[in-house]
Amino acid sequence: MSVLQEISSDVRNMKQMENFVLFRRTNEIKEELRRGVRKSYREVIDVSWGDPHRAGVKPLSFVRQVLAACLYSELMDGDKLMVDVKQRAQRLLGTCAGGSVGSYCATAGIPQTLQSVSQYIMRRDGGVPCHPENIYISPGSQWALTNILKVLVNSEASPRTGVLIPVPCHSTTIISLTTLGAVAVPYYLREERGWALEMEELQRALDSAKGVCNPVALYMINPGNPAGYVQSRKSIQEVIRFAAEKKLFLLADEVFQDCVYGKESEFVSYKRALAEIGAPLSDSVELASFHTASKGLMGECGLRTGYVELVNLDPAVMKHINNLFSTNSCPILGQIALDVMVNPPQPGDPSYPLYLKETQHIRASLAQNVRRVEEVINSFPDFSCQPLEGGAFAFPRLFLPPKAIERAKEAGLQPDTFYCLRLLEEAGVLFSPGTEYGQKEGTYHIRFCIMTPSDTMEEILRRLSAFHEQFMKEFS
Amino acid sequence: MSQQAVNGVPCRGKVLTVENMNPNVKRVEYAVRGPIVQRAVQIEKELREGVKKPFTEVIKANIGDAQAMGQRPITFFRQVLALCSYPELLEDNKFPEDAKQRARRILDACGGHSIGAYSASQGIECIRQDVACYIERRDGGIPSNPDNIYLSTGASDAIVTILKLLVCGEGRDRTGVMISIPQYPLYSAALADLAAVQINYYLDEDNCWSLNVAELKRALNEAKQHCKPRVLCIINPGNPTGQVQSRQCIEDVIRFAKEEHLFLMADEVYQDNVYAEGCKFHSFKKVLFEMGPEYSSTVEMASFHSTSKCYMGECGFRGGYMEVINMDPEVKAQLTKLVSVRLCPPVPGQALLDLVVNPPQPDEPSYTSFMKERTAVLAALAEKARLTEEIFNTVPGITCNPVQGAMYTFPRITLPPKAIDKAKAEGKVPDMFYCMKLLEEEGICLVPGSGFGQKDGTFHFRFASLVMLILQKYSHSLNFSPFCLITTNFSAFHGFFFLFFCFTS
Repeated sequence: MSVLQEISSDVRNMKQMENFVLFRRTNEIKEELRRGVRKSYREVIDVSWGDPHRAGVKPLSFVRQVLAACLYSELMDGDKLMVDVKQRAQRLLGTCAGGSVGSYCATAGIPQTLQSVSQYIMRRDGGVPCHPENIYISPGSQWALTNILKVLVNSEASPRTGVLIPVPCHSTTIISLTTLGAVAVPYYLREERGWALEMEELQRALDSAKGVCNPVALYMINPGNPAGYVQSRKSIQEVIRFAAEKKLFLLADEVFQDCVYGKESEFVSYKRALAEIGAPLSDSVELASFHTASKGLMGECGLRTGYVELVNLDPAVMKHINNLFSTNSCPILGQIALDVMVNPPQPGDPSYPLYLKETQHIRASLAQNVRRVEEVINSFPDFSCQPLEGGAFAFPRLFLPPKAIERAKEAGLQPDTFYCLRLLEEAGVLFSPGTEYGQKEGTYHIRFCIMTPSDTMEEILRRLSAFHEQFMKEFS
Repeated sequence: MSQQAVNGVPCRGKVLTVENMNPNVKRVEYAVRGPIVQRAVQIEKELREGVKKPFTEVIKANIGDAQAMGQRPITFFRQVLALCSYPELLEDNKFPEDAKQRARRILDACGGHSIGAYSASQGIECIRQDVACYIERRDGGIPSNPDNIYLSTGASDAIVTILKLLVCGEGRDRTGVMISIPQYPLYSAALADLAAVQINYYLDEDNCWSLNVAELKRALNEAKQHCKPRVLCIINPGNPTGQVQSRQCIEDVIRFAKEEHLFLMADEVYQDNVYAEGCKFHSFKKVLFEMGPEYSSTVEMASFHSTSKCYMGECGFRGGYMEVINMDPEVKAQLTKLVSVRLCPPVPGQALLDLVVNPPQPDEPSYTSFMKERTAVLAALAEKARLTEEIFNTVPGITCNPVQGAMYTFPRITLPPKAIDKAKAEGKVPDMFYCMKLLEEEGICLVPGSGFGQKDGTFHFRFASLVMLILQKYSHSLNFSPFCLITTNFSAFHGFFFLFFCFTS
């Protein structure tokens, strides 16, 4: 009997990430470049991750200075660091056990950080109350999501637990669901309408689950990933009513809430929308909302810190959730960064001018990138990009000629993976294929991060345009 | 009556209830942060609010957190990490050259030269290479392949990942995992979460918590009747018991694992914390390879280490790794796939691990101060372990095995029968009842032995000997030694407790 039979079937059934073949080839190409092999480019630009720092965006100085001072307190003597940096570091060190970032923290996170986060949430939501006891900080928002899914998903139940997820969807979530033994029930966002969520489609998806699985939760991503939509207040409230009526637990992945740039767009949290609906729904609809220090202008993905806020959960269930979170604590440095994220420098603070300059620069670059991406992509007849309103990615649609699709099939690749592989080889740009995220049958997309320095984006678009023309000609 | 009804919240309408939630999660308990700690936190809150109690501070001896107890971090490590966080400091001549050189190397390996970028999910490649070199040096030259190294979010993450990979089957074929009693409750929590079958093998308290193969055999044979035993976990040096396995014992365990076709999980996070005369840390991998190719090419194993213990005490960084040995390549591919779901381990923790495995060398500027700090920390930990053992052995009704390693004592307490009855009447486990009373009356927070597992009818608690570090602080201001504090307060409590339950009707 094969050894593979002797491992968890949930793990065995996990789909290999489509990106894997691309990552492997990227490493090979990087090695070839290092060895001096001649190519039409000198370096690979990797925008396949939602990782601004990797793409060249600089970390915010204030948060890094605070981290450095917390790590090595000798830095507080001397005048290298501004007064407000020192004060913040001192205050935050005072919240750590033994005054050190090397200690463990309480199960849900450093109490004062939880307090800061809850105050941030209240400010964000126009005063809707937020209780720190309902917040759990974890090594990344996906970690928290996995824990909540663990509670929801009964892998031994028959029928199996189902979770409604959008198409397209964040790939890690899809994989987490499979690993837990849950069934993903897809609902398709309407691309032609700016990736709008249509309630009839949610209903159709729910109906499709009959006899297949027992749907218990509805997973929403707002702002979107990979698609760059921002849900309207009206849409959010429709979803909330739907969840209440159909008895679904709401999972609101809101990690891009600080990345909204669409002119007509406004981020409204699920919690706020729920509160605005009023009783009885506001006291009963169960909601988990996720946020992170990885996205937004700070972009500190490598620190691995996120949180979940739980709303209207049964107190008895909360006790078990607490036990689950107690088995692995969140990195302290990430919580320091989180505290800075929810309490940035204010006007009048010595560090404010630099903070303002840096954040304005990132926002301006992002706005510029959005404009340029839409312009360039939409200029091609066989390439189209829905308006980018929020999030960190563009997810344009590729209209691939039949010959290209055929060639891809011969190579044993999905057509969009084939496109991405060729783009990597010939132009030194790494995107990820739409297959990774799910898409309507017969459609193809690519995803790339748009949180990059502006000149990097120009270079990307230049290489992409040249490649795309060539590719389309080859397969016409 | 349901909890909701008790709270006055209408039962109808909740989508997620205790009845329909994942039953496995309900079985997850983690005593180290469990009910007694929650009560301790509550008491601390009450003290802050001015509530009067017989003590002014809660002594939290429940967790192995050295820096929380005042242990200083290693200067060199913090210098490099500060440089990595804020690279402008590389221009600052306050930092030694060897720290800068390491920071530059780490930053070069990070996306966009920032520790804020995601890394590869298996961990930054040059750090895995450094870890492999460290293992080779530690194990006298036995080769280590960086591809077999997986960096993780603390050792706990790696342990849970391997278990997630290996636990499979239904009913009588469900994977059984052998774990020592007493054990570190992360294992029982993970096994409950995964619905694996926990197979208990008892360490021998009368022989300094030693492990014997006869007991392994007994446990295995019994388990074979209701599950499929496939994994054997061993913690060396032990937690909570602190025993350091002899070389002979490790060989016996490896032989047993080979005979019974078991995957070995060797939790070695306390590998630098060895104190007792005549005790030495032997890595499972080293012993395995020294047993010759019959074993070294067949026994499948994973060994775990972390940045949280030893002389580093950097629990808050969540740094760690596992090395997998003789894993089937196809299974390893599945493991690589599985770790990708976590995205990546925290990059500062990876950077810290790099420094631990690549510390200052004799010819480098920071070497002398580094060695001085390291030696001092390990000596202090050894001293605290000895002191704790000595103190507890002076209290009548408490016996404490020699603490050979790690950071805890696990003394045995004799509880009067009436105390046991009272506990049961209150629906409490007897040692939890004892520990709760100790917490309420003396403000000392321990973890009851029931949280770790113990032989039926015996009672224990785990006391982090690190706490002695913090009590040193008090000794100057209060003019008595930690010895006195524990013996007076603890001993008084214990004596009274004993008397109360002997003579109460």
